[in-house]
Amino acid sequence: MEWKTFLVYLLVMAGVTYLIRMIPLVAIRGKVKSVFLQSFLYYVPYAVLGAMTFPAVFSATGSLPTALAGTAVALVLGWMEKSLLTVAAMACLAALLVGLMV
Amino acid sequence: MFASYTKGLKHGIPIALGYLSVSFAFGIQATSLGLSPLQAVMISFFNVTSAGQLAGLQLMAAGAPLVEMALTQLTINLRYALMSLSLSQKLDSSMTLIHRLLLSFCNTDEVFVVASQQPGRVGRAYLYGLTNGPFLGWTAGTLLGALAGGILPGAVTEALGLAIYGMFIAIILPPFRRSCEVRTVILISVCMSCLFAFVPLFGFLSSGFRIIVCAVVASALGAWLMPRPVKDEEEVAA
Repeated sequence: MEWKTFLVYLLVMAGVTYLIRMIPLVAIRGKVKSVFLQSFLYYVPYAVLGAMTFPAVFSATGSLPTALAGTAVALVLGWMEKSLLTVAAMACLAALLVGLMV
Repeated sequence: MFASYTKGLKHGIPIALGYLSVSFAFGIQATSLGLSPLQAVMISFFNVTSAGQLAGLQLMAAGAPLVEMALTQLTINLRYALMSLSLSQKLDSSMTLIHRLLLSFCNTDEVFVVASQQPGRVGRAYLYGLTNGPFLGWTAGTLLGALAGGILPGAVTEALGLAIYGMFIAIILPPFRRSCEVRTVILISVCMSCLFAFVPLFGFLSSGFRIIVCAVVASALGAWLMPRPVKDEEEVAA
């Protein structure tokens, strides 16, 4: 891609992304007092990751059988509290193996 | 100080390795859409975000207007504002302005979740340790994918698409198992997300915006029905 076009896109993309992350972290220095807000902020990461994973994971490999196999393996290993790396690697491996069989 | 840094570094290793495979897939995609390997690496270096970069890449390749690029990044990445807000409540006094400016650059989903789960407050040494590995893994993986991606068979690159979700699942399942409140919030969020994705009526919501709506509604319901005040000992424990 032509450099000038690329750099303008990159600037907009990275600028917006950085500001979104930076402003709340710099602006909010005090402790949130409200119990509702405290609880809300405690639940946010889990809710975000849940919504990001499902149903997107089912189309992550481009074929449903491989995605289902990978998801099933990830759910079982995750339930057993294996490390992030183990779960991710085994999910990929399961998808690969099922892909080769189908 | 150094012990905190090392501890952070250790906690970041699985994230870094997970990123390596995810950004590898991104590198392959970037070069296949006409970017040079250096351009692909620059995107990863300056953005450090998976879903936003992928959408941005497609907009670049399509020659989309800059306004669309800005709005797309805003909706997909707005969840980081929630995460930064949440993280701001956990920082100790070592996090002065300059460190907040620097570290917010690397506040990714996984970094945020791992930092959130530390007992007590977190400081800058821990956070630099935690973010260094993932940042390196993210950019290095992009470079490797951009350079070597064409050589790999399609079945391998497709299977690698699961890496990031495997990581997400590994992050949420242990608390899902232990805490009834967290379980309820996750289930509400996941059900809403599936509903939005599969019912055509909600087709107007972009995927980034869907995530925000699900997360805000599920967390607000959780906070309303199952309030969970921060305990005093958590603050002292730092």
